[in-house]
Amino acid sequence: MTATPAPAIRLSGDPRRRRRERLTARLLLMAALVSVVISGFIVLALVFETIEFLGKIDLADLFTIGWFPRRGMFDVLTLLIGSAIVTLIAMAIAGPIGLLAAIYLAEYASPRVRSIVKPVLEVLASIPSVVIGFFALTFINPQLVQRLFVGAPVFNLMTAGIGVGILIIPLIASISEDALRAVPRNLREAAYGLGARRITVSLRVVLPAAISGVVAAFIIGISRAIGETMVVAIAAGGTGGSLRTFDPLGPGQTVTAAIASLATGSDQVQGGQAAYLSLFFLGLLLFGITLGLNVLGDVFVRRTRQRY
Amino acid sequence: MQPNPSTVTSGAVRRGLQGSGTHWPSVVFQVLLAASLLFTLVALLVLLADVLGRGMPVLSERGIDFLTAPLSSDPAKAGVGQALWGTFVIGVIVVGVAFPLGVATAVYLEEYATGSRLTRLVDVNIRNLAGVPSIVYGLLGLAVFVGLFKWLGLGNGRNVIAGGLTVAVLVLPIVIITAAEAIRAVPISIREAGYGVGASRWQVTAKLVLPAAFPGILTGIVLSLSRALGETAPLILAGAVLGSFSSGNADLLGQLLGPYTALPMVVYRWTTLPQDEFRQLAAAGMVVLLAITFAANGLAIYLRNRYSRVW
Repeated sequence: MTATPAPAIRLSGDPRRRRRERLTARLLLMAALVSVVISGFIVLALVFETIEFLGKIDLADLFTIGWFPRRGMFDVLTLLIGSAIVTLIAMAIAGPIGLLAAIYLAEYASPRVRSIVKPVLEVLASIPSVVIGFFALTFINPQLVQRLFVGAPVFNLMTAGIGVGILIIPLIASISEDALRAVPRNLREAAYGLGARRITVSLRVVLPAAISGVVAAFIIGISRAIGETMVVAIAAGGTGGSLRTFDPLGPGQTVTAAIASLATGSDQVQGGQAAYLSLFFLGLLLFGITLGLNVLGDVFVRRTRQRY
Repeated sequence: MQPNPSTVTSGAVRRGLQGSGTHWPSVVFQVLLAASLLFTLVALLVLLADVLGRGMPVLSERGIDFLTAPLSSDPAKAGVGQALWGTFVIGVIVVGVAFPLGVATAVYLEEYATGSRLTRLVDVNIRNLAGVPSIVYGLLGLAVFVGLFKWLGLGNGRNVIAGGLTVAVLVLPIVIITAAEAIRAVPISIREAGYGVGASRWQVTAKLVLPAAFPGILTGIVLSLSRALGETAPLILAGAVLGSFSSGNADLLGQLLGPYTALPMVVYRWTTLPQDEFRQLAAAGMVVLLAITFAANGLAIYLRNRYSRVW
C-alpha cells in the first residue's frame, strides 16, 4: 500500500500575511530610530554652531570680566559660577527635605498618610516652572529672602536657588523612595528581630543598603537644577548681561538663563552673529554637563538594582 | 510577704521591652521627618494661595473677556485668547506626533527587538534624552524646525508648528518610557495564548497587548501632555512671540504659519514687566495654566485608578 501524500499545509503561512508582518516590523523600527535621529540632530546642531562660534571669537573673549554677549564678552565662568550657586542652594534645600520625605514615605507612613502625602508631591511636581519662578519673585523674595537678608535686591540668586529647590524636592523624594523601597523586607525584619528601633532600622540598615539609589537621586537632582531655566530667568533677573560675581544675594546669570535672556532680548539676535552662535555654545556646555551627570546617576541606579 | 517571683519576672520583662522612657533621638528624627513634609505641604499651599489670591480678582472681574481678548500693551484690555489658541495647537501637535511615534517605539522595543544591540542603543539613548534640559530642546527647535520652515520659505520660520514639534520631541522620551512600562506589565501568558492559536506577531501586538496596555499608555500620554503645555523655555527659542501681535483676519493656514505665542510664554512675559497690573494678569494667566495642568493630571490619575488591573 502506498503512503498517502501529506496534505500540502504551508507551514510558512500566507505570503501576503508575511509581507505585511515584515512591513509593520520595518515601520516600527523606523519609529524607534527617530529618537536616535533626534539625538544626532541635537549633537550636530550644537557642535557645528559651536565650532563656528569659536572660529568667530578670540578665545580670550571666553575669559573676561562678565557675560555681555552683545559686546563680545563671553565669560563662561560667570555663568558656571551662577549655575553652581543656584544648584548649591537648591540642593541644600531639596537634598535633606527630599530624602527625609522619602524616608518618611518608605519607613514611617501609614497607608492612609501615604495616600495624602504622595499626591501632594505629585501635584508639586506637575506645577510648571514658570509658576514657581513667579512665586519665587513675588513671594519668596519679599517674604523670606529680603527679611532674612535686609537689603537684598529684587532679583538675586538666593531666591532663584530656593525656587529651584522647591521644584526638585518631588524628584529627589520619588527617586530616593524607590531606592528605599527596593531594599528587601528581610533586612528590616532581621533588624527589628534584634530589637532595633525604627530610627536605627531606617538610618543604619535601610539607608546604607539603598545608598546608591539615594546618591543617584542627588546626582539627577543636581542635573535638573543645572538645567532649570525659567525660575532663574524670572527670579535672578539676568537681563542682557552680568558681571562675574560670587555673591548669592546679588543678581546673576546661569548658563540656562543666559540662553533664555539672549533669545528674548528686544533686539532678537540674528543668525550668523557671534552672540547668536554663543547660544549653541552654551547649549553644548549644558548638554555635556547634564549628560555626564545623568550617565553617572544611571550607573548608581543600576548598582542598586543589581544587588537585590 | 514574698512577692510572687513570676510577677516580678513578667514586670521586668515588660519594662525591658517597653524601653526606659523616651528615646530622644527618635523623637528628634520624627520631628525632622514631619517638618520636611510640612515644609513641602506649606510651600505648595502658599504657592497656590499666592497665585490664586493675585489672579482670581482679574479673572472674576474680566471673566470670559480675559480668556478671549488678544495681547495688548494696555493691561485693562490684554487677554490670553491668542495664547490659548497657541497652546491648543501645540497640544494637538504633541498628541499627533509624540503619541504614534512614542507608542510605535515602545512596541518595537518591548515586542519586536527585545535584547538586541540596537534595542539597547535606543534604550540608553531614550533615557539620556529624558534628562536633557528643556532649553536644549529649544535650541534643537531653533536650529532644525525653525530653520526648516525658513528654508522652505515660510516667513521667518517662527511658527506654531515649529514650536509644537519642538515640544513634541521634548516629551517623546517620556511617552516612550511610560508606554514601554505599560506594555511590559502585560503578562507573557496573554501573548502565548495569542501565538498558540496561530496569531502573528503584529496580530498579538495589535489585538491583545496594546488593548491590555492601553490605560497605562493613555495615562502616560496625558501626563506628557500636561508637561508639554506648561513648558516655556523651549518656546522662547522656538520662536514664540513675546510682544503683542495681530492675528485677527488671518485664515487658519495664516495663523499656523504666522507669529504665535502660548500660555506659559505670555505668563512669563507679563511676569517680567514692571507694572503691578501685569503681575496680576500674569497670576490670572497662571490660574488658567494651573487649571489646565491639574485637569490633565486629575484625568491621568482617574484613568490610572479606573482601569488599572493587577494581572
